[in-house]
Amino acid sequence: MPDDNLRIGVFVCECGVNIAATVDCDEATEFSKGLPGVVFAIKNKYTCSEPGQQEIKKMIVEHKLNKVVIASCTPRMHEPTFRHCVSEAGLNPYLMEMANIREQCSWVHSADKKRTTEKAKDIIKAAVARVRNLESQTEIEVPVTQRALVIGGGVAGMQEALDLADTGYPVYLVEKSPTIGGKMAQLDKVYPSMD
Amino acid sequence: MDVGRHPNITLLTYSEVEDVSGYIGNFKVKMRRKAKYVDESTCNACEECVKVCPVVVPDEFQMGFASRRAIYIPFPQAVPSSYLIDMEACLGNFPIACGKCMDVCDQNSINYDMKDEIIEVEVGTIIVSPGIDMYDPTEHDEYGYTKFENVLTSMEFERLMGPTGPTAGEIIRPSDRKMPRTVGFIQCVGSRSRKKGNPYCSNICCMNTVKETLLLSEYSSDIKSKVFYMDMRTFGKGFEDFLKRSKEHGAIYIRGIPGEIEEDPRTKNLILTIEDTMTGKIEQHEVEMVVLATGITPRVDSEGIRKLLTLTTTSDGFLMEQHPKLKPVEAPTAGVFLSGCAESPKDVRESVQQAGAAAAKAQILMGQGKVKVEAITASVDSEHCTCCGICAKVCPYSAITVDVKNKIPATVTEAACHGCGTCSAECPFDAITMKHFTDKQLLSMVDNYLEEKQKEKIIVFACNWCSYAGADFAGISRLQYPDTCRIIRTMCSGRVDEKFVLRAFELGAPIVLVSGCHYADCTYINANRWAQLRVEKLWNKLERLGIRPERLQLEWIAASEAVKFAKVMKEMEEMRKKVTIEEIKETEKILKQEREKKEAREKKKKKK
Repeated sequence: MPDDNLRIGVFVCECGVNIAATVDCDEATEFSKGLPGVVFAIKNKYTCSEPGQQEIKKMIVEHKLNKVVIASCTPRMHEPTFRHCVSEAGLNPYLMEMANIREQCSWVHSADKKRTTEKAKDIIKAAVARVRNLESQTEIEVPVTQRALVIGGGVAGMQEALDLADTGYPVYLVEKSPTIGGKMAQLDKVYPSMD
Repeated sequence: MDVGRHPNITLLTYSEVEDVSGYIGNFKVKMRRKAKYVDESTCNACEECVKVCPVVVPDEFQMGFASRRAIYIPFPQAVPSSYLIDMEACLGNFPIACGKCMDVCDQNSINYDMKDEIIEVEVGTIIVSPGIDMYDPTEHDEYGYTKFENVLTSMEFERLMGPTGPTAGEIIRPSDRKMPRTVGFIQCVGSRSRKKGNPYCSNICCMNTVKETLLLSEYSSDIKSKVFYMDMRTFGKGFEDFLKRSKEHGAIYIRGIPGEIEEDPRTKNLILTIEDTMTGKIEQHEVEMVVLATGITPRVDSEGIRKLLTLTTTSDGFLMEQHPKLKPVEAPTAGVFLSGCAESPKDVRESVQQAGAAAAKAQILMGQGKVKVEAITASVDSEHCTCCGICAKVCPYSAITVDVKNKIPATVTEAACHGCGTCSAECPFDAITMKHFTDKQLLSMVDNYLEEKQKEKIIVFACNWCSYAGADFAGISRLQYPDTCRIIRTMCSGRVDEKFVLRAFELGAPIVLVSGCHYADCTYINANRWAQLRVEKLWNKLERLGIRPERLQLEWIAASEAVKFAKVMKEMEEMRKKVTIEEIKETEKILKQEREKKEAREKKKKKK
């Protein structure tokens, strides 16, 4: 039995038609409501949009959500976005889990909406199971040494070394050959301005 | 020049990075500054040494069109402006043999005993701009680059035109030192071909050729340029005008790449046979010189840097950025940025743009003075730790210390831990918890996926950086594949514990796939090696238990391999269909018994 204190909110994203065209998002949302620990589920047009994020924040407060599942795109794209979003509503960012129902579901199984919806539901279910077990994490902060290393002294390397040095940061510019300049030093004139 | 003079820049030429350790904000870098045998600080570039040096070698800066001495300066405007000795060519390692340069040097700058210097620095960020190699057209036999004197590469031609070049800017052809009256340019040499060279477009060659035709027409109205091309790609600002100007100045553009070049042995002129794809006619063109517009390739010698910084490449061999649109200058390794041609071929303007972007990103990091590192790290429960030392052995970052001899339990240096989770999967005593990817969290996904319709589901463990990203890429590419796979994300394939796989089979999974980065491309240096060893061990175990080992699959899928991901999913589906209900039931029974036996053993042990 799930912990009584669990108050999970599920946000199902239609992503315009990117998800909605092949996944029945209403059905997925209804299904989410029945999962253990879930106290709230809603469908959005674009969860990552400003109104979408505002709604997440509002619902976290309104429904006293303590964990969140966002069923939308890949976490490789929007995990930082939603972590930031839930933390603004006072939730630890690591208590948010994404269910990837776009890249790994709606976009790759577009032939059979019924089956694809079933898969999306399965993905949400596993994400809810995972979020039930997630714990708060604290990110540690480390100092950043205010010096830079630039590897390669071609036109790009020289440019960034100068930019960084002009800002006031010490830069080490390391170049394999005996001189800087790279391939550009071998060119007489360079397009499109011919100088 | 500004670079050499800037008070904030320490310029280390003739130097190489040998080792990088640490993490974002706190990198320790070891560099080798190779001995130049000439003291940079006292050499005044008077050139007396060069005059007496008896050794003559081809000059690489002039693409071999001129010679230099063993003591040399790469080119007159080189920075730093000092000489060096090419020790492989120099006779004077033993002063008895030669030592002439040392004798004439007023500044006493020459020292044959100079040693390589090891320099260690601490930096907060690293920008990688390794540059490129030019494509070597030797394999294009049909163009006769190695056979015919008057066939040059664009870089060779570039030197021939330069005022600091071997002919001081006089344009002559190598065979008779006469000005060529017709020059043929062949485009896409080594680019856009699946057969020879590289499949990608090298970006710079079209515009470089246009530029060269203009330089030729400026040089002499008696030189006619003919450009043989597939497509002229003039997409940048001002590029189309540039092409128009070239045509107005008399350059002829012919849409057709020669199948072959022949040389007239008497005149050394070159005869190009082409099919003009605009007219469909086969034509022959006689020109006095040919310039091969060779493409560009990733720097071969940047491979060492790639490995040291645990970077990966895309299929074209260039370095992979964190995101092609949103994070084009960020490398996957935090605190490392890419610029210039590191991640794709670029011209000078684009390189400068990207350098500015990379510098800005590095400035943001340094300006903040501190950075949050991800919380996904390992932590050791010292009560369960038996000090066996396995975790320390498998950690790719040496972030774990354990004293096996004196039985002092393992500890993790959090800032050095990158969170691959290999230690957690390898620990035989479950003493290591991988934060945010705990056993419980991952097993809960396995359990939920296999709560119903188990026979129809393939459990796929995919690493965040490659296989999971490959699956995403398959999505972005809208590749269609069977919907039976259920993907569980781990940071690394090294995290996939034996018990995850066994649990999946016990719960009725017909097929389990473990997938990660390609063998040498693991984001966590070599953590996937442990995934492979673990899967091999599991194959043996399954076989011993009478379970078909083929039901556990291992695949390396890169982030760029969307097609491979989809293909593997189709293969998995074929395998899944062959697994019968009886077989699954039998497996469930065997593994249940196995687990119960193990649990009983452990209980007994605990009682003792």
